[in-house]
Amino acid sequence: MDLATLIQTIANSVVAGSVYAMIAVGLAMAFGVMKMANFAHGEFYMAGAYVVYVLYALAGWPFPAAVIMAIPVVAAMGVATERLIFWPTRENVLAGFMATAGLALILQVLVGQTWGVGLMRSVPTPYMGAMDVAGAKIGWQRVLVIPVGAAMLTALWYFLYRVKAGKALRACAQDAETARLQGINLNRMSMLAMAISGASAGLAGAMMAPIQPVTPYMGHAVILTAFIVVVMGGMESIAGAVLAAIILGFVHTFVTTLFDAVTAQMVGVACMALVLIWRPQGLLGRVKA
Amino acid sequence: MRATAFGLVFLAIVAAAAVAAPYSVSYYQTEVLILFLINLILVCSYRILTTTGDWSLSHVVMMGVGAYTTAILSKYLELSILLTVPLSAVVAGLVGLVMVTPLIRTRGFGFFIASFALGEFVRLIWVKFRDPFGGPRGMIGIPNGEIGSIDFFMPVPYYFFVLIIAALCLSVMYRLDRSRIGKTFKAVYADEDLAESVGIDVPRYRALAFVTGTFFAGVAGSLLAHRLGAVDPKNFDINVMVYLIIWIVVGGSATFWGPILGLAVMTVVFEVTRPLLEWRPLLFGIILILFLVFMPGGLESLFTGLRERLVRRRGSEGEG
Repeated sequence: MDLATLIQTIANSVVAGSVYAMIAVGLAMAFGVMKMANFAHGEFYMAGAYVVYVLYALAGWPFPAAVIMAIPVVAAMGVATERLIFWPTRENVLAGFMATAGLALILQVLVGQTWGVGLMRSVPTPYMGAMDVAGAKIGWQRVLVIPVGAAMLTALWYFLYRVKAGKALRACAQDAETARLQGINLNRMSMLAMAISGASAGLAGAMMAPIQPVTPYMGHAVILTAFIVVVMGGMESIAGAVLAAIILGFVHTFVTTLFDAVTAQMVGVACMALVLIWRPQGLLGRVKA
Repeated sequence: MRATAFGLVFLAIVAAAAVAAPYSVSYYQTEVLILFLINLILVCSYRILTTTGDWSLSHVVMMGVGAYTTAILSKYLELSILLTVPLSAVVAGLVGLVMVTPLIRTRGFGFFIASFALGEFVRLIWVKFRDPFGGPRGMIGIPNGEIGSIDFFMPVPYYFFVLIIAALCLSVMYRLDRSRIGKTFKAVYADEDLAESVGIDVPRYRALAFVTGTFFAGVAGSLLAHRLGAVDPKNFDINVMVYLIIWIVVGGSATFWGPILGLAVMTVVFEVTRPLLEWRPLLFGIILILFLVFMPGGLESLFTGLRERLVRRRGSEGEG
């Protein structure tokens, strides 16, 4: 591997890690706060990409405006999912998880029947050109994912640790019953968690729309990775999810470059199995008393 | 005594209907019945896992292990169907034994995800290694099998072969469900700590349920591979797994009969909605959500509710 390829691969790893982190924090957050395990999270990501496809590629909006629109649209989907699926099934984690598997099927069909299944939806690249680092060329569109991901994670961190509503969310994640005794409205916190979860998945999908082929089944490809990240990170730990996302970003990208994508997926799963054997609570997870 | 007599009559009627069925329907419908019987073994084997609370997401992949084993044994080694079916079950059970070792360390949601990921690992092995698994396109040209002069290419003889195997598997699974082991599985699910405190080795029983379930999934996979004559990694992906979950959610998993009821109802729905091909996943998704939200016990809960009411009425009559 020469220097240019090495730099290229490292850059791609950071981009992949940022995307995985953006997707996985939402998943970890919904699970941490109210034990909501969302199988349709990958479809939320897909919905974010379709918002950009519809507004930017079809309706001709400016790219940043289309990306920003993806946030409220998918956040609203998150809230609807919370109201219609997670709240009625809150006694049983597995029921909510299985019901969102049904939701994933529904969203795939709806999107596929509205905008077509067969042809790939091509979203033109808004930012052409590439950054040149020691002979390695990294497209601006990919580079852009890194600051957006970092900004999103910073905003999330600020919200969770500095804003009252965010602190309340963390309190719910630690102990829902005690949080309720402090006067925190679990009903509202649960909606808030799913709104943030949807918003982050939507943003990730919107940023990836010009980079990845946009199809109704694109969520399928990311959901397994997102789950592996969350299990490796420690289920409910947002910091753990970010750490695991970056590790997996590097592992996937390097193995894909050196071998192939299928091997990369297999190595990712093997990493997760090793973490489970060595540290069942995940990298940064706590052991529940 | 009366319950046993009723059960025997019911069983006799089902057996008579099953034997008469292929002579009163078309070839196509016989194929549907064959698939139904194979799915019957699959859904009942999945229920063994769910009785301990381990809703594995790799069960369809384990059926795939049986199918791929059969493909290799009958295509390259030209083994008889009488050997491929049991051997595929054993191989699936062994793969299940390897998988359950890390899986046993997780519970609930973690188990779900970890089983999904490990199942994908096995599936990716088939995609990756063109030799001997055929890569992304799978394998074709698997013999339909034959016993003596009976060629299983025709649906009716194969239907009877599958019927015998399904009856055998189901009776074993039924007896297991009623046995001390089956009751221990349920105790593990009902209260893990309590089960442990009375001396039940919980991980061991969970592993036993997992391996037994994958063994029978291997039987189903083997029968499927012989019928289709082809295996494809896509036949065993997470979408198929969601359909298996839909069957068991619609029927319910508290009793042995729930998953069977769910499979029967959903097979009819599946066949009736054939013209709506592209919309069918949407319909099944809606059915899944509606059942989980409004009838979490599944269709069987209607019957158990009815029986409870009958028993109560009879009890009050006796008092009066």
